[in-house]
Amino acid sequence: MTDRDDVPVEPANNPAGAGAAPALDPATEYRPPRNQWWDVWDQFKTHKGALVGAAVFILIVVAVFLGPYLWTIDPTYIDIRAKNQGPSLAHPLGTDQLGRDTLSRMLSGGRVSIAVGLTAMLLSIGIGTLIGVIAGYFRRLDGPLMRLTDLFLALPILPLLLVAVLLFRDMLSAAFGPEGGVFVLIVSLIGITSWMQTARIVRGDVLALKEREFVLAGRSIGTPSRRMITRHILPNVLSPIMVSATLGIATAIITESALSFLGFGFPPDFPTWGRLLFDSVDRMQLYPERVIWPGLAISLTVLSVNYIGDGLRDALDPRIRGR
Amino acid sequence: MFDYANADRLVEVVDLKLHFPVYSGVLRRQTGAVKAVDGVTFEIYEGETLGLVGESGCGKSTCGRAVLRLYEVTDGSITIEGTDIATWSPEELRRVRPKMQMVFQDPQASLNPRMTVSGIIGEPLDEHTSLSKKEKLARIYELMDAVGLNRDFAHRYPHEFSGGQRQRIGIARALALNPRFIVCDEPIAALDVSIQAQVVNLLEDLQKEFGLTYLFISHDLSMVRHIADRVAVMYLGKIVELAPRDPLYNEPKHPYTQALLSAVPEPDPNLEATTQRIILEGDVPSPANPPEGCNFCTRCPRVMEICHRIDPEFREIAPGHYAACHLHYDHDDKNAGETAP
Repeated sequence: MTDRDDVPVEPANNPAGAGAAPALDPATEYRPPRNQWWDVWDQFKTHKGALVGAAVFILIVVAVFLGPYLWTIDPTYIDIRAKNQGPSLAHPLGTDQLGRDTLSRMLSGGRVSIAVGLTAMLLSIGIGTLIGVIAGYFRRLDGPLMRLTDLFLALPILPLLLVAVLLFRDMLSAAFGPEGGVFVLIVSLIGITSWMQTARIVRGDVLALKEREFVLAGRSIGTPSRRMITRHILPNVLSPIMVSATLGIATAIITESALSFLGFGFPPDFPTWGRLLFDSVDRMQLYPERVIWPGLAISLTVLSVNYIGDGLRDALDPRIRGR
Repeated sequence: MFDYANADRLVEVVDLKLHFPVYSGVLRRQTGAVKAVDGVTFEIYEGETLGLVGESGCGKSTCGRAVLRLYEVTDGSITIEGTDIATWSPEELRRVRPKMQMVFQDPQASLNPRMTVSGIIGEPLDEHTSLSKKEKLARIYELMDAVGLNRDFAHRYPHEFSGGQRQRIGIARALALNPRFIVCDEPIAALDVSIQAQVVNLLEDLQKEFGLTYLFISHDLSMVRHIADRVAVMYLGKIVELAPRDPLYNEPKHPYTQALLSAVPEPDPNLEATTQRIILEGDVPSPANPPEGCNFCTRCPRVMEICHRIDPEFREIAPGHYAACHLHYDHDDKNAGETAP
């Protein structure tokens, strides 16, 4: 092996007579590798929808996380004399039936909704991808893991959620505080009840990828399974994962709303977009704007995340990049 | 011609079997096996090229992959540089992987579409060496020079290349760890004829430069004649004939080899008019259910009664010339049993 390590780097037939400078270090002679993430960014920039989506999403995130420091009205402050007001300078989005400021409720509600959506999505994508990749890659674990997935798919989700909330709410509230406890509970419940579709899609893709020759080439190099997965399998199943992720945010926000509506989520006076929506449904004909604001916020968030996901998926695929 | 007297055996395969189990029924019991490789024996000398030819589905690719232990072998031994790796675990195999590499058939499918050329060629270096980033890049450039790729292409993706260039990337990856033995699994089958010559010449140049040993799998008999020192002919999971190149092409012993060679097109129209094609009747039997006796007895133009009963042994019938055929066993038997004129 060692006797062949000294193969000349430059072809030996390059005499100095050609006026060439003495051979440089080959690594400096040619342009160094450009960081691949610049290519991804370049492609992302060409996707107009993704750029707009990213701008809207960043705007929403900045608004809900910094907004409450600028718009300092307490979202739970009840001013019964100012109830059911229309838009005014004091209350730009009006007030609700208890006289609470809708703008400040929207801002602090968005904080929880986006946090729940993102965290639950990450959790569900994480579990789904892990189970899907393991089931697809290791034939021996395929059967047990897919039966587990079937089991979760067959569980009636709503009763399960209700039982879990009853069982664990007090325990988690003691550990993380009343709101933190409910947050952890809801995020983990949504996470562990929505990973199954991702797992199935990922498993199918992994099964197909595993038979491709580049995986065999990796095996002939001696790449161990864990790096085979991170280097060859995961980058190639990114597209379906991205799609699941963007859809997952929407589902998580809506599931949280449903739970709040049933009274099993956050406490009634604690604003989230879902809670605002459901509170306003009763008086929808009188005050339609109170349904429109949280509905618009949820739709905009979901739509912008979808566009970001679409742009990212294209930007991460080298075959589409540069077209 | 290759000097066998002074050459060492680099690879020795003895009675290699690879059966894929077939499961059926409600209980998924094993009801049979596809005998993709069924008792193959050959050796490859250091520095030579062994051509492995046969029709589609005869098990030649499976055989090549089994030799590299990309599949779990059912039985037999694979000795590389004196160590039998047939039963090694993946972790043990990882240590010997640098010695033996593979060039794949489909250059499109064998390159990860999400990795750059430098990532693909650098993967073996990442796995088996601890080079710094700069040293690794230098080595990648060196390999790209060796296979005739422009260094500026290092940070492009496989889909931006032509078929021939992709195959060069695959060859550079196989060369990265200075292997001694490379299995070329139909490396030219997916390429244009004009590119085939380039790639084969590149393989030959690399062999001279680095002292490589090839197992060259192909169904292109003329190409094998060009590159191989010795040739093995496979039929239905078994090697039927193995001989140095010229004896095999000039006087093939096995009826199957004769039929195969008679199908090679002859460029000279005058000669072409006089060549006698041996047309084989029927289809290849299923490897899940091979015929009794000789595997070729269902289609052999010179089949004898004994062929249906006894599987012919693979034995040396002339110096260095091996064949598995009753025709060359025992002359009494041949004269007594031959049915075809």
